Amino acid sequence: MQMRNVELMVGGFMVMGIIALVLMAFRVSGLSMEAGGETYTLKARFENLGGLTERAKVSMSGVTVGKVSRIYLDKEWYMAVVEMEIDSNAMATLSTDTSAAILTAGLLGEKYIGLTVGAEADYLADGDWIHETQSAIVLEELIGRFFLDKAEG
Amino acid sequence: MVSQIRSLGRYGVESIQSIGRAGMLFAQSVTWGGPGSAGFRDLIRQIYSVGVRSLSIIIVAGFFVGMVLALQGYNILVKFGSVSALGTMVSLTLLRELGPVMAALLFAGRAGSALTAEIGLMKATEQLSAMEMMGVDPLKRVVTPRLWAGVISVPVLALLFSTVGIWGGAFVAVDLLGLYDGAYWSNMANTVTFYEDVVKGLIKASVFGLVVTWIAVYQGYDSAPTSEGIGKATTQTVVISSLAVLGLDFVLTAVMLGGV
Repeated sequence: MQMRNVELMVGGFMVMGIIALVLMAFRVSGLSMEAGGETYTLKARFENLGGLTERAKVSMSGVTVGKVSRIYLDKEWYMAVVEMEIDSNAMATLSTDTSAAILTAGLLGEKYIGLTVGAEADYLADGDWIHETQSAIVLEELIGRFFLDKAEG
Repeated sequence: MVSQIRSLGRYGVESIQSIGRAGMLFAQSVTWGGPGSAGFRDLIRQIYSVGVRSLSIIIVAGFFVGMVLALQGYNILVKFGSVSALGTMVSLTLLRELGPVMAALLFAGRAGSALTAEIGLMKATEQLSAMEMMGVDPLKRVVTPRLWAGVISVPVLALLFSTVGIWGGAFVAVDLLGLYDGAYWSNMANTVTFYEDVVKGLIKASVFGLVVTWIAVYQGYDSAPTSEGIGKATTQTVVISSLAVLGLDFVLTAVMLGGV
């Protein structure tokens, strides 16, 4: 085998590896190039996250408009604080009485935040708080409440 | 009785000696340089013979493993009504476990045994002592480029195995079983993370590549210079490196995932 051909084949081999890595990055693990796009931060307090994680989707009417960037505990309120990065073009439609709820994709799917726009004329700005929040539904609590009702009734 | 105990003791001492020789071989051949050291072209040639020529078996095996994963996964998940998790299951299984492990096992069988036989034959035909006589260090000349070619090739092969497997899974799930392709791809993209799954899989594959080639070159270099010795060394390479890959897989997974 000629050395030139060997070099060509090895080059092709490495290029295939790089293409596979790029496919893995963008198609399979869903890294997006839009990280540099302009985003705004919104914060919300929840009583219970019920399994919401960082990088979870933030969606409006089912369309993804951002992601959860940070989760921490508010020690004064004893509530979880969720910081979300919202795309700039979706941000322009969010009124000040927008509500946020933690929802589940499917019966056993992952948790995400669903935003519902309110009726106020003013819009939310960067770093604002969403005051209307609805916590995740925790199945154990629901079942516990159901048995309590049965026992009382 | 006494002779049996004596032979057991000799076996133990010889095993530890052999581990010591393997360690010394590694320490002496891991770096480049020295008289008559192999160059970049030798590395390219070795990547060709261990990596490029393993491509066909890796791609065919990857495609079939992906297809069977999708088929088995579909039949289990459909009972729980969560077929939409199929893409996630196939991709995570391939990226985290099967890609690196299967690529390393196939590599041990396809390339590791060939490396052992090649170096063993070089030793049997006294090519290695001829090099030494010319003032060329056979470790730097013969072993170093082969070792590094393995470390470079196995992650690439593992990556190609996983990629082909995921597309093979998509072929079965979407085209043959009629799963909605958005469910397959988007759930996968939402769950798989680049660092946690892809990069950690590649780290595993690099370690496997190093260990398999190390065992292969050591077995060749240490073989008895007879045709029987070469045959025995070739078998040893495949057996030891397969066991090493499977054992290391657990250790690496435990270290990376934590919690053990």
